[in-house]
Amino acid sequence: MEHKRLTLFAGHFGSGKTNIAVNYALHLAAEGNKVCIADLDIVNPYFRTKDSAAVLDAAGVHLISPTFANTNVDLPALPAEAYRLVTDKSIYGIMDIGGDDRGAYALGRYVPAMKEEGNYRMVFVANCYRPLTRTPEEALEVMREIEAACGLQFTDIINNSNLASETTPETVLASLDYMEKLSQLSGLPIWLTTAEKAVASQLDLSPVLPLTLQEKYFDLPSQKPGNRPLWG
Amino acid sequence: MAQRVLMKGNEAIAEAAIRAGCRHYFGYPITPQTEIAAYMAKKMPKIGGVFLQAESEIASINMVYGAAATGCRVMTSSSSPGISLKSEGLSYIAGSDVPALVVNVQRGGPGLGGIQPSQSDYFQATKGGGHGDYRMIVLAPASVQEMASLTIKGFNLADKYSMTSMILADGTIGQMMEPISFEDAEIEVYEKPWALTGTEGKRKHNIVNSLYLQPDALEKKNFERFERYKIVEENEPLWEEYMMEDAEICVVAFGIASRVAKNAIVAARAEGIKVGLIRPITLWPFPAKPLAAAADKVKAFISVELSMGQMIEDVKLATSCRKPVTLCNRVGGMIPSPDQVLESIRKAQKGE
Repeated sequence: MEHKRLTLFAGHFGSGKTNIAVNYALHLAAEGNKVCIADLDIVNPYFRTKDSAAVLDAAGVHLISPTFANTNVDLPALPAEAYRLVTDKSIYGIMDIGGDDRGAYALGRYVPAMKEEGNYRMVFVANCYRPLTRTPEEALEVMREIEAACGLQFTDIINNSNLASETTPETVLASLDYMEKLSQLSGLPIWLTTAEKAVASQLDLSPVLPLTLQEKYFDLPSQKPGNRPLWG
Repeated sequence: MAQRVLMKGNEAIAEAAIRAGCRHYFGYPITPQTEIAAYMAKKMPKIGGVFLQAESEIASINMVYGAAATGCRVMTSSSSPGISLKSEGLSYIAGSDVPALVVNVQRGGPGLGGIQPSQSDYFQATKGGGHGDYRMIVLAPASVQEMASLTIKGFNLADKYSMTSMILADGTIGQMMEPISFEDAEIEVYEKPWALTGTEGKRKHNIVNSLYLQPDALEKKNFERFERYKIVEENEPLWEEYMMEDAEICVVAFGIASRVAKNAIVAARAEGIKVGLIRPITLWPFPAKPLAAAADKVKAFISVELSMGQMIEDVKLATSCRKPVTLCNRVGGMIPSPDQVLESIRKAQKGE
């Protein structure tokens, strides 16, 4: 897998950006790179990059997140330190952008410097099973709205089509036509396919980034890997 | 496969409402339910519906009242502090006997509270909130699928009984994502001869009103309304029983608390404790019959709630306090862990 110095994950809200950003950061760090991830989500106060603070820290990934992330203060302000991603060229930077065009407004601040450096990948995360991007045309519409909001064009697509705990290899394979169409419509390559690691291991696609997902205390017994109690 | 979609709880409510025929949404944003409004804003203009962000919660509930008077399917959604603001309108809607759907994705309170999940609006939803003698049908989803199916059911029941249905969810179920389908959705259609649809000079005009200055007339309205409520109480309670066949301990929990409880029950069963769950799906009408029946068999009840103990009162009433009922709870946006519930089950087993 070839890396750019900056990788930006944007897309429809709930498409899987944060999970992918965290897993990609860990992947980069595992290859021995100096990695810094910034949480630029100004839309959703839940499901933050900061939820993975401990695992990122253990892997030596530096996390920049809004001062009030994961608190009850629902304040859409970005930390000054996030600018380090565009100025400190010794690091691999990852930006986790908030959902839809509203989330992408936050990115505009960093765009001139990124364009000047010209070493970035702007990734559209797509899940064909999300209700407002059920067709490639709808996904393209979201793509264009995001580009208009932040002033940066997408360069790649990630196929993150999944049905959460019900995902099987067939779920992913059934998305390939959709993604091919989205690729044609947008003129962008499918850079990666992402899937939960057990599903990814059964996929005969390349390249695939296997994802380690957070387990949640409210998963039902039937939704847990191997039906094991979450806390056991 | 193509029929399954991956949805957030809040999105599921919005999509289900549209499928139920709702073309009128009036709201005001508040975390953690804003995705409902966002979804409606995106979709309603594409299908000839109305999305309107009102200047306040009070305005939005009165817009719902007005639209409901015309007999169309209409809804609003909010979270705890916003529902308090809507309470006057809820009472007027009840006093006018028009159907509406109101969603409360609860957050911690009282006051502005926080933005994390809570179930502490149980009293407000099931015992009133607004003034006067009235009831709302209160539906408590415990999954994203139920966010959708109970929204459709809520519209059906609201039309059937000419009253408000409330979806009482919480921030977690509003925000979490699960795969769901809409294949089983059954849309019921009811005649609404009382609706303000224009007489075209062909019939006597209808009046939708909650003002009755003659006390005997107002009393008669109240008596009639409660006759209708009695039918709802008889016919509409919904609940789920989980591992109750041989249970000696009965956990009672709804919504997100029931999901935690199920994990604790599986763990307790592994320790040899015979424990089950009764999950109320309608909070009003409260499923009193299965609880009364369980009181004949089990030695104790545990009410698991994200409140200081509100549903526990209905558990005690339904079982006539024949068996001890203990409370296992967290509040303020905190959620009981499966371990905490397990510990409560162990204590109940020991008779503590």
